[in-house]
This record gives sequence, C-alpha cells and structure tokens, in this order.
Amino acid sequence: MSSTMTMVLAATGIRAEGGGGAFETPGPGNFDLPGFFEIAGTPVTKPMFQLVLAGVIVFGFFWLASRRATLVPSRLQFAGESAYGMVRNSVGRDIIGSQDYLRYTPYLFTLFFFLLLNNFFSSVPGIQFPTFSRASMAYALAGLSWVIYNGVGIRKHGLIGYLKLQTVPSGVSPVMYPLLVPLEFFSNILVRPVTLALRLFANMFAGHLLLILFATGGLYLIQNEGIVGLVAGPIAWLLMIAISFLELLVQFLQAYVFVLLNAMYIQGALADEH
Amino acid sequence: MAINGSANMIGYGLAAIGPGIGIGLIFAAYISGVARQPEAQSRLQSIAILGFALAEALAIIGIALAFVLS
Repeated sequence: MSSTMTMVLAATGIRAEGGGGAFETPGPGNFDLPGFFEIAGTPVTKPMFQLVLAGVIVFGFFWLASRRATLVPSRLQFAGESAYGMVRNSVGRDIIGSQDYLRYTPYLFTLFFFLLLNNFFSSVPGIQFPTFSRASMAYALAGLSWVIYNGVGIRKHGLIGYLKLQTVPSGVSPVMYPLLVPLEFFSNILVRPVTLALRLFANMFAGHLLLILFATGGLYLIQNEGIVGLVAGPIAWLLMIAISFLELLVQFLQAYVFVLLNAMYIQGALADEH
Repeated sequence: MAINGSANMIGYGLAAIGPGIGIGLIFAAYISGVARQPEAQSRLQSIAILGFALAEALAIIGIALAFVLS
C-alpha cells in the first residue's frame, strides 16, 4: 500500500474496522446507534429524531402548498396537488373503489409521504440512516395499519360478520372448513402485520447493510491487500455508487408497496360477502 | 486475506433463488401483457407490484432468519 494513500486516509480520519487484521463483516450491530442523551433511562437516538423531522417536513410542505389555494395554482400548490392526486387516484380510487376511497385517502396519503421521506433519509448526505431499518419503528406502523383495517371491517360488518368474511373462504365445501378457517385466520389476521412490517424493515436494513459492506470492504482492500486491493477497492466504491441509485428506487417502491397493501387490506375488510 | 462472517449467508443466497425466479416470472408476464395491450398498463401495474411484494416476502423472511439463527 502506497504511503500517500495512507496519509490521505489518515488525514480524513477514516479507518476500516480492524484495519490491519481480519476484515470485520458489518452486521446488525452497525445499526445500534448510541443515544444522544437519555430520558428516564431510555436513550434518544438518531432514528427517533428522523421520525419527528419527517413529520415536520411533510406537514410543513403540504401546509405551505395548500395554504393559499387558488384556482390557477402556484408552482408549490401544483406540486402538492399532483402529489396528493397520485396517491388518491392510483392507490385510493383504483384499489378501494370509487365509493369509499375518500374517507381513507388522508391516512394513505400521509402514510405514503411519511414513509417516503423516512426512506429517503437513507440517501440524504449527513443523515444517511434509514429510519425503518430499526424493526420496532416498522412494527409500530404496521400495528397502526392492523388496528385501522380491522377496525374498519368490524365497524362495517360487526365482529362476527367480519371474522366470517376474513376466515371463511367462499365457494369451498363446509367439509374443508376445519382445515381452512384456522389457516385463513392465521394468514389474514396474525401474519399480515408481521409481513407488512418485515418487508419494509428488511428492505431498508439489507440495502443499508449492502452500502456499509461495500464502503468498509473497499477501504479494507485498499489498506491491506497491496496492488490488487488498490485496483479492487475503488471498483467496490464505484459499485457502491451504483447501488445507491438502486436503493433510491427501492426506497420509493417500498413506500408505495406499503401503502398499496394497506389499501388492499382496507378494501378486503370493506368488501361485501360474495 | 481472512474474512469473518456467518455461513448462514450462503444458505440465504441459495434461498433467494426461489423468490428471484418468481419475481422474474411476474415481471415477464407483466411486460408481455403490456406489450399485447398497452392500454391495460395502469391496471396491470398494481397487480404486478402486488405479486412482486408477495414473492419478495419469502426472500425477506429468509434474510430475517439468516440474521436471527446463528
């Protein structure tokens, strides 16, 4: 390894973990950030601030965009309205149906932009941490969705009617009920919120882990593997840049899928028996 | 060169083949559907993304288990 490279890296204060020794693969431990300070024994960490920040930004932007609504929209109002229209039409109206969608659009719309911003924090320089790579945050959101879609169904059909709708498949002979009803209950009531949360969490977690791996791995190669590493390390860093763009796509897609599935669950809870 | 890590990740790589093929099939069907009938794109798109999300759930359960089991 060339001495100039060492000096450059030393000047920037970058050291690979365990540089000089074996390569430490990044793992879930990299996501346990230290708290800034403690409140009643609970550390307050970066993702908590990101949740609040995302809420403030989403509220602020759409408040500004809709504050002085005019017939001929300003540029800001146009941006806000087309963002709202996208969620309302492509998720709300197409999935829930033109009868009931307006009641659930505010929830879906807020959820989409809150998630989108929190996911984009993964790529914002200076923050670079996806909020939902902490599983508890994703579980909280999925729990909220669970309460909402079950509540909607119970209010419309009553508790017994709703359970019947969700667990008794139509067009099946009653002989199969003892087998199918517990399975449908398990899949529709118990597992749904878990997969909803895990999908979001695992995508954010795996994407961020991949970036950490390429960043620290490239540095390790440059520092420890001589001439081969000096060629391979920068290639790893170039790949990291390419993967960052793929991550932008994944971040958008996961926010969209989360909201789309929410809309589908609400639609399933509202559906009439057939 | 020494690398420390978990052999679970090799198992996870093998387990991800299934969802990978599944997602490929879903988007192949989506593309050929749109090629035959371009005006159906908006309707097909949400179905394709839903199918993608469901197939992907398997890969995600895999990566969660790869970290949990040690």
